[in-house]
Formats: sequence, C-alpha cells, structure tokens
Amino acid sequence: MSSAKTSSVTAAHSVVEPSPASRRIAGALVILYALVTLVPLAWIFLTSIKSPPDSISYPPKILFTPSLEGYCNLFTTRTRQTPDYIAALPPPSGVCDAVTRERNMVIAGPSNFLPRFTNSLIIAFGSTFLAVSLGTLAAYGFSRFKVPLADDLLFFILSTRMMPPIAVAIPIYLMYRQLGLSDTALGMMLLYTAVNVSLAVWLLKGFIDEIPREYEEAAMIDGYTRLQAFFKVVLPQATTGIAATAIFCLIFAWNEYAFASLLTSGSAQTAPPFIPTIIGEGGQDWPAVAAGTTIFLVPILVFTILLRKQLLRGITFGAVRK
Amino acid sequence: MAEIRVDHLRKAFGEFVAVQDSSFTVEDGEFLALLGPSGCGKTTTLRMIAGLELPTGGAIRLGGEDVTYKRASERDIAFVFQLFALYPHMNVRRNIGFPMLSQGVPKAEIRKRVEETARLLQIDHILDRPVSGLAGGDRQRVALGRAIVRRPKCFLMDEPLGTLDAEFRDVMVRELRELHNRIHATTVYVTHDQIEAMAMADKIAVMNHGVIEQFATPREIYNRPASMYVADFIGSPPMNFLRFTAGLQKGARIARIDGADVQMPELRADVAEGELALGVRPEHIRFSDASPLRGAIYGAEYLGTNQIVTVETAGGLVRARLPAERSYRIGDRVGLTFLADRLSLFDVRTGRAVPSVLHEGVLARDTRHREVGDLETSTREARHG
Repeated sequence: MSSAKTSSVTAAHSVVEPSPASRRIAGALVILYALVTLVPLAWIFLTSIKSPPDSISYPPKILFTPSLEGYCNLFTTRTRQTPDYIAALPPPSGVCDAVTRERNMVIAGPSNFLPRFTNSLIIAFGSTFLAVSLGTLAAYGFSRFKVPLADDLLFFILSTRMMPPIAVAIPIYLMYRQLGLSDTALGMMLLYTAVNVSLAVWLLKGFIDEIPREYEEAAMIDGYTRLQAFFKVVLPQATTGIAATAIFCLIFAWNEYAFASLLTSGSAQTAPPFIPTIIGEGGQDWPAVAAGTTIFLVPILVFTILLRKQLLRGITFGAVRK
Repeated sequence: MAEIRVDHLRKAFGEFVAVQDSSFTVEDGEFLALLGPSGCGKTTTLRMIAGLELPTGGAIRLGGEDVTYKRASERDIAFVFQLFALYPHMNVRRNIGFPMLSQGVPKAEIRKRVEETARLLQIDHILDRPVSGLAGGDRQRVALGRAIVRRPKCFLMDEPLGTLDAEFRDVMVRELRELHNRIHATTVYVTHDQIEAMAMADKIAVMNHGVIEQFATPREIYNRPASMYVADFIGSPPMNFLRFTAGLQKGARIARIDGADVQMPELRADVAEGELALGVRPEHIRFSDASPLRGAIYGAEYLGTNQIVTVETAGGLVRARLPAERSYRIGDRVGLTFLADRLSLFDVRTGRAVPSVLHEGVLARDTRHREVGDLETSTREARHG
C-alpha cells in the first residue's frame, strides 16, 4: 500500500520536474542566448573606452589601453590649436583637458549631448506618466462599467497599433507644423502618449480585471466614494501591472528614433537622433558615439533592474491566469 | 441598529428577472437568512440592500429611512463578502480601522475601537500581521471585525462561510451566532446551506427563481413548508412526496393513496380533482406490519444514531429515518404508517401547501410575533410559472 503510494508520487514527480540532463541543456541554451545578446552591448562599451585610432583598427583590438577620450568628446566641443599655443597654456585642469591637448586641441565648450539627453528623459518619462495615467483610468472604466460598445472601442484602441506609427508620419508632421508642436517637448510627449496609450489600456485592463470588484465594493460600503476606493484600494493592488506597463511604455518612448528625427531638430531633439550625428575630426567619432550609446542605456537599465519582478510578471502575463 | 423593510423589490438584468416582487421585514436585532440554490436571487437581494446594485423597482427602508437609491457609502451598513475582500495591502489593524477612517474618526479613537473589536473577536494578537498570511478562520474574524467596528445599522453577509472547510464551518456558525447574541445586530445572511441557516437564523426566507417561497422561523419552515419547493429544499433527506389523484373537500381527514387510507390533518379548504402530494418527513414514518400501505425495502444507510431506510412503494421511493438498532433486508415487504398530525398536503399543480389544521397551528402560535406584511409574503401565490 505504502510502496504503491510512493511510486505514484515519483511518477507524478517525473512529469512535473525536468530531469537533470534537460535542465543542464536548458541552462546552457539560456547562457548561450545571453552571450549572443550581450556581445553587441559589450562591444559598444569597449568601443566607448577606446581611443579613436584603436576603435577603427583592423583586426579589432581586444587588448588596448583604455581611454576616456570618447566620453570627453561626447560632452565637449573642441578646436584645433598649434602646439606652441597649447604649450603656452597653464597646466590642464582635468582629465578631459589633458586628453584633448594630446590631440593638439582645446575644449571650446560643452556639447549638445547633455541637453539632448535631458530632452529624452523629460519626453520619455513624461509620456510614460501620461500614457499610464490615462491607460489606468480607461482600463478601470472598461473593466468595471458597462461601457456602450466596449468591445468595439477596445478593438479600435488596439487597431491603432496595427500599422507602424511611422505610416502616419507625414500627416503628423504637417499637423504639428500647423499647431506649432514641431520641435517641442510637449509635441513629442503627446505623440508618444498617443502611441503608448493603446498598449497601456490593454495591458492594464487585464491587470485590473484580475483585481476582485469586492475590494472596491467593500471600500464603498466602508464609506468611501468610488474615486476614493479607486485610489485607496484599486491603485495599490494594480502597482505590479502599472510598473510593467510603465516599463514597456518607457522603453518605446526612450528608444523611438523615426519620429524624433523627423519632428525634432533643435531644442526638443532627443538623444537617439543626436548620438549618430556626433562627428569628430576626419569622420565619425566612434568612441564618442559608443560613449553616448552607453550612457543612453543606463536609465532603462536602472529602471528595468528596479522593476524586474513586475516586468517578468508583465511578460508572462496571461500565461498564468487563474 | 435598525429594522430593514423591503417592499415589492424587483431586479431585472435585461430580460432576466433576478428578483421579483420581494417583500419582507427584518426586525431590529433580528437575524435573517436568505436561503436558496445558486441563481435564486438571494445575493442580488442582499446587494440591493447594500446599495451595490440598484433595484429595478420597489423600495428599501433602513430604520424608517428610504435608502433605495442611496449610495452604498451613505447607508451606514456593513457587508461581509464571500471571499472576505480584506484589503491585501493593509495589515489587520488598518483593515479593521479602514471604515472609521472614512468617517473622520480621530486616530486615537480608531485605535481604541479597533483594539476593542479585536478583543471581542479574539484576534488582538494578530493585529499587526499582514492579512495575506492569515488562516481562513482569522480572515473571517478580521472581516467580521471590519464589519462590527463602526456599529453600523445592519450587517449583510454573503456566504461568509462558503470557503471554509466543513469542520471549521461548524465552529464559525457557533461563533457567529454567539456574536449575534452579544451585539444584537440586525443581520441578513445569504447562504445556500440549510444547516447554517437553520442553526443561526431567527427567520429564514427561502428563495427560488427570484421569488421568496416562504418567510418564517426555521421551525415553521421545517414543520409547515409553504410549498413543495421549500419542503424539498429543507431537510436531509428531504420531505417525501406520495403522489395521488383525488379531489378533497374542506374538512377531509383521509387521503386515499394506493388503496390505503392515510390519516392527515383536517383540511381547511377544498381541493379540486387533480394530482396531489402528501408530504411526509422521514422521521415521521414508522414501520407497521398491520398497515395497508405497503412497500419493499430498497436500501438502508446506517448513520450511527439512526438509519435512513428507503422503501419502494407504488407512489415512488420513500425514505424513512428509523432507529439504528434493527437491520432490514433488501426486498423485505413492510407496512408504513405516518404521524398523522405532522403531514402536509400539496397541490402539485400549484406546488403550494393546502391549508389544514397544521397551518392553523402556525397562525395561532406565530401571529403575535409577526407582522401582517410577512404573512402576506408567506401565503402569497408566489410559485413561479
């Protein structure tokens, strides 16, 4: 009797638990995949700390003397001077000063990278905030109320994602020119919000559907209005979904290149169209471009690491529905 | 605490009528159980009293005040949900205190009353725990605590014991009734479990297809069911129905079933010729070799204190609750006798009980405690079509 029981347990186990061999294979595949995806990132980082001659040498140098020239060039503009002029200058005031002088140049001023990067931060986080706020409210409405034509509206919202956004680039360009939204942070925020809000509504509706109505009903019976119940009870429950949605929206707005290069050129330009335009003497300044890319990756990296649990849940969302 | 008065309440979801024309009164301090199978409209009725659904018609009065179209938050009631709906992001203390926070009760007062309530429910040792890790019984008590802490006009409970395992349910049934005895809160309790309803309630409303079939004390519901539905729903095993065709006059005391004369309580109304059913509770059946009403033993379930013996008769299977001592052989022929003054007669066409001396006993005994409106409900022709 007891032996029969034991054997049935082991049998059940073997169905659920992968064998050690298949585990090892799965692990190896994951590591391989991670390596493949990490190589370009490692390449970019390594290029950012090479000197310009090292960065274009062929075959590529694996061992080289690290240099901060890329980062210095990224943040500054420089002018060429005669060696005599440089020799006559007072001693260099910092690392970048010294690096620049070795190339017979002096720092003329800050580059446009920092303002462009700031634009990226403002536009990406601002549009994410707007898209997630609007998305949460809309998703709550669709989830809890009998909205007339709810299914059609939801499909319409989804259908805005069906064509590539860039397909409407020309109408938007003309519209923005008329409205004076071209090359403004507000214009870019509105545009990214419009693109992201459909994703936000759909993702968040799923998350809010999962929150039992009883919580709000309990709060309303406990003396709160629906709006108070929404803020005090529903929002804290939806944080996972909101975080996951926010990451997706942020990644899109942060990485967006096509609209940014089309609609921004000056004061509202974001980092993606700016970085490839960094030109050094005698061609592309690859270490500076790589340095800009590396710095550009940091905010998303930090945000994703902070919210990785929610992100994972957001990705596997639907697969583990109760 | 306050009385709840429900008047001709009706709720339709499109074509589907969830509750039709329900009227009843829960007196101040009374414990009412809304009992019925799933989909019978009991939860919808409760949610309308709570203000979570708006009625299609009718009125709801709480302590004399018409609250039919008032928001839930303005009704000053408490609701215990089936899955308790404890706020997962708050600990026990904040959960219990949450209703008072909305009323602007000072922090110190909230603290004091939360602790009082926790002591009453014996959960003062878990006040600072998160609710996610609590066992079923403790969650139940926290939900109750949140309900009673601000002393609302009434408590509404939607199958609060539905998710607990059977053993623990018995404990909670006793705790709930004790709590009710202590604080005398007007309570409406929704359940599909007749045992919970019988054990706790002062009054039971048996619902079926959106209609209240009978509104009465547990005793009356059990002993004098107003309809075949109630007779069948209450009791385990349920009431036996011996079907026969006859027309009976007012004053009749004999039903002729399968060639045998069966004594029953004197009828107080005429019954036109048609199919009738004599209702017999299993415990009102005895075996007697002399009885002309015969049947063959079909099976027996031994229950320790007694046994349920199934007998196959010409009128169908009859289940009798008999002393456990004797054992019966399947196929043995036995004679059946019934306790004559405890039988109910039903008109199968309407499903309603035919008035008899049995029901006069009800009137004589219960009118003192009951309101006219209740009588109307329990005698109204409410059987669905």
